[in-house]
Amino acid sequence: MADMKIGAYVCQGCGLGERLDTKALTLVAQKEGKAHVVREHEFLCNSQGVAMIQKDIDEGVNRVVIGACSRRAKAEAFNFENVAVSRVNLREQVIWSQPAAEEARELTQEMAADYMRMGCAEAKKIVAPTPNPEHGTNKRILVVGGGVTGMTAALEAARAGYEVLLVEKAGTLGGYMAKLHKRIPYREPFADPQATGVEAMAAAVTQDPRITVFLNSTTTRTSGAPGRFSVDITAESGGTKTENVGAIVMASGFTPYDATKLPEFGYGKSQNVVDQAGLEALARAAAARGEPMRRPSDGKEIKSVVFVQCAGQRDATGTHLKYCSGHCCNTSMKQAMYFKEQNPDIDTAIIYTDLRTPGNGEDFYRSAQRKGVIFTKGKVAQVEVGGNGSATVHFHDLILDDKAATMSGVDLVVLATGQVPNSGVNIDIPPDAQDIDGVKAGEHAVSVLNLTYRQGPDIPQLKYGFTDSHFICFPYETRRTGIYAAGPVRRPMDIAQAVEDATGAALKAIQAVENAGLGRAAHPRSGDLSFPTFRREGCTQCKRCTVECPFGAIDEDEQRYPQFNEGRCRRCGTCMGACPVRVISFENYSVDSVGSQIKAIDVPDEFSEKPRILLLACENDAYPALDMAGVSGHTSSAFIRPVPVRCLGSVNMIWITDALNSGYDGVMLMGCRHGDEYQCHFVKGSELANYRMSKIDDTLKNLNLEKDRVRLLEVAIAAIARVPELINDYAAKIQEIGMSPFKGF
Amino acid sequence: MADVVATHETIVVVGGGISGMTAAVEAAETGKNVILLERAPSLGGRVNQLYKYFPKLCHPTCGMEINLRRLRGNKRIRVLTQAEVLKVEGRAGDYKISVTLHPRYVNDHCTACGACGEAVATEIPNPFDYGMSRMKAAYLPSLMAYPQRYVIDPSILGTPDAEKAREACKYGAVDLDMKPETITLTAGAVVWATGWRPYDAAKIQPYGYDRFDNVITSVEFERLSDPRGPTGGRIVRPSDGKEAKNVAFIQCAGSRDRNHLKHCSRICCMASLKQTTYMRERFGDEAQSTIYYIDIRAIDRFEDFYQKVQADSTVRFVKSKVANITEDEATGDVILHGVDTEGYHRYDNRHDLCVLAVGMEPSADAKAIAGVAVDASGFIELGPTDGGIFGAGCAANALDVNRSVQSATASVLRAVQVVNRVAKAEG
Repeated sequence: MADMKIGAYVCQGCGLGERLDTKALTLVAQKEGKAHVVREHEFLCNSQGVAMIQKDIDEGVNRVVIGACSRRAKAEAFNFENVAVSRVNLREQVIWSQPAAEEARELTQEMAADYMRMGCAEAKKIVAPTPNPEHGTNKRILVVGGGVTGMTAALEAARAGYEVLLVEKAGTLGGYMAKLHKRIPYREPFADPQATGVEAMAAAVTQDPRITVFLNSTTTRTSGAPGRFSVDITAESGGTKTENVGAIVMASGFTPYDATKLPEFGYGKSQNVVDQAGLEALARAAAARGEPMRRPSDGKEIKSVVFVQCAGQRDATGTHLKYCSGHCCNTSMKQAMYFKEQNPDIDTAIIYTDLRTPGNGEDFYRSAQRKGVIFTKGKVAQVEVGGNGSATVHFHDLILDDKAATMSGVDLVVLATGQVPNSGVNIDIPPDAQDIDGVKAGEHAVSVLNLTYRQGPDIPQLKYGFTDSHFICFPYETRRTGIYAAGPVRRPMDIAQAVEDATGAALKAIQAVENAGLGRAAHPRSGDLSFPTFRREGCTQCKRCTVECPFGAIDEDEQRYPQFNEGRCRRCGTCMGACPVRVISFENYSVDSVGSQIKAIDVPDEFSEKPRILLLACENDAYPALDMAGVSGHTSSAFIRPVPVRCLGSVNMIWITDALNSGYDGVMLMGCRHGDEYQCHFVKGSELANYRMSKIDDTLKNLNLEKDRVRLLEVAIAAIARVPELINDYAAKIQEIGMSPFKGF
Repeated sequence: MADVVATHETIVVVGGGISGMTAAVEAAETGKNVILLERAPSLGGRVNQLYKYFPKLCHPTCGMEINLRRLRGNKRIRVLTQAEVLKVEGRAGDYKISVTLHPRYVNDHCTACGACGEAVATEIPNPFDYGMSRMKAAYLPSLMAYPQRYVIDPSILGTPDAEKAREACKYGAVDLDMKPETITLTAGAVVWATGWRPYDAAKIQPYGYDRFDNVITSVEFERLSDPRGPTGGRIVRPSDGKEAKNVAFIQCAGSRDRNHLKHCSRICCMASLKQTTYMRERFGDEAQSTIYYIDIRAIDRFEDFYQKVQADSTVRFVKSKVANITEDEATGDVILHGVDTEGYHRYDNRHDLCVLAVGMEPSADAKAIAGVAVDASGFIELGPTDGGIFGAGCAANALDVNRSVQSATASVLRAVQVVNRVAKAEG
């Protein structure tokens, strides 16, 4: 890049001109910030203001400092190409956060001047990022799993023009769907079971020229990054083929919960107790023979069937599955209808605690009632099967509050067991760990993807084996960029939902290959072209970055140095925060770019009674909350000096020690909730920051400083009134413990 | 808006709530040009009016901040607000969409400095708070409003207030001469994400929503609980401002009922469970929440949330479809009458406030659009494969947020398939 030439601009609009001495601010930028060009403008975001800046850029300005409103406002106006832009938040976080009274003017001006210094300091240390030259450009999509989810993902991606490889471990396509007699209706009138259509779907996959199917095969090795994954596909017979793909849809499906764990319901003791999969098998076999279903034990005519809902599910004790699998109420109704179709006189009773048929499932429920299916609200305690093959179901009738209710003479009992995700190895727990909520940790621990990633062979899980994601707002974002989970591996679901889910996951996979080809980041910093680089000669091979990256982006090379896979990186900067020797940086965000801002401010001497408090604020939650506090007219201490950070995970401890060493009186960190219900949009960043900060006491002790010199707070974006209170409380605390002894050193 | 360039490869997204915003950014990040149309003056839709999301109890504005940043930074997305779709004609790969752009009376010079709002005296009901609060007739729709630009309500046009707003603006942003404008957009595919509206609770006559002050809807309760809301987050009764510590939640208010909505609206059980946590947050052990339900539909991992709420001693569950509500005129209390079907006890239960967990119905009539299949409840079904208009989110089904996002993302692929086909044909 050519010589650095900073242009600094101060807006006088929105009251800035009245509340601040903008001329003085330009002088600060010029003298202290070393800006080459400084200008004031009465209305910077209008077309003349923007044109004025653009003209300077055309004449050589390559770093732009804009002292105006928040970076969250007027983003479109101040969107200049190919130059680094630093937004100085004089409006929301200076004049709107300070009282308008004349006596507040001095402190407000000092605040604004420091903000300008910080903006200029940042501008000096950042450049507009250019894409990583090593990005992958492979646009093929690998789908792992050939059930309805995988087949849908393959067909939909192919329909958009993309080449697909589909790997299925069984000898045929179809997965669990192929084992069904019929499916729950997904179209009006939602009244009767419908044909699954699985054969036609499998045929469409097989015949699609864009789809290559690998049957009896598994993915035995997966390495690389979006746009350049390399995958070994190994056939059962032994042959391995290595293929290159750009993105992966993981559609490995589910396994029905093992009903042998439910001996109290007679499973395994009598053939006349089956799970839902067993009933589908009976129905298919009977249909194939063109005969009615008969009692498995002795072939007798079936006259009475009982369906036990939530068998081994919704179990608060933790012995079995804790969650609800969602589809089973509809599935039992569908299966009851198989019998009603066979002979309307067959008694079918569904014993349930809450019937869960959301949406148009309600029509299906009414249809079942019309067909004479009996619904009994109760909790089944035990199923006894007598020597004659007839069962007695003991249950607590919740309507009559009869704890000793029974149904006897039952020919067939169907247990609605749940879905256990086939999510491979849980990389966060040791393989010999104990049962977790009814699922043995190691039980399904056959890796699905066999990733060569440093952090483990499969994608991280959140709870109950379901893959990790933001769940509410961003359900597809797994913690392995370019790999998207779909279907029951993500959460329990039926066919209709799996089809929808697979279609969405296919879009995300397509998006991943398109963006990888351009070197752009994926969610949540979509489009960011920067990527982490490290100074090899300074690295001590401590491995913290490779261990802590929430997205498993960093491997180790043969010499045990970190190997950044930029395509997998989400640009959160957690590696940068982790690095004890500070060798990791981004073009537009680095230890230096933030450190320089921290050091740029003017620290008054200890007799001034003007403390300085550094605030490192998550740019997605705490920082917007501060903006909105200003918009809402909440005032807060003028001693605060905020720096937005990509994530608290990116906070390098050196920033805190540097701040304290250079005379700041306190440091606040504001980040998002962590743990099971985490809100951190980089998943682990906030948690890691908490962990690192738990050790700050030693640092403070070494500096001979009070514990309260650093404060870490959990702040949500909606904490609009709370954020100023937290700041003011802390400012009061600092006043109480007194000024830092490090002033002027 | 002559600068809107649309081609046969453009995807038009109708509706700027969570589903529409998701569809727009996902499509744009896949490299497609998108026009996002929103009827209101700002994006965000109904989720922006929620205090918290279940099951994490996090705030909708958090995800919205990310989506807005994605959207602001993406030059492939063009956002048109106050845009009302009049007509969609054509076929997959070649749609003509007539859109009326209603005047905001504020142009893009607006800096959201707030001077016009201060100048204007007239107050109007605030739709963001479902009319439970009033706001100036020159207003920013919400703190998270995008575009971040004020709106002049047409009711003050021609009054001195309008002139005051114009004079207060130093930037020439108030333009009282703006006129509605009708434009025609070309698009290859359309994602229809017009969302839902709460079922009209007044239609459930036995519950007296239209007669009793202290019978409110679940969406109103969200605003009441929100510190940004009309009461600053104080949960109080509309009749007398008294704290409502004893609250009844009635499930399936309008849903699962052939006289009203025949479908189950899916979200209401979780919404009420969530709202009991607002009660605990506000009143601690003094809170009393009673949920009257038929079935608690806390599906998949949400079951954890249900179990957590069940463990809360301040929350009681009564399996019952409430028969009717009466009001004690002296106190303003509401009295719920019915039969607890677990054991068949009659009850006449007194509460400070009753919250109707109202159902979800599609907010726009999609039947009028040719080539779109709509079910009996008005939700868009996945049409024949040669169509190019795709339902997303609650326009397609009664969905919670994560399923809406899933649906929106899926609808984008369907739209991408169409425009990619067009691109190939156009070479």
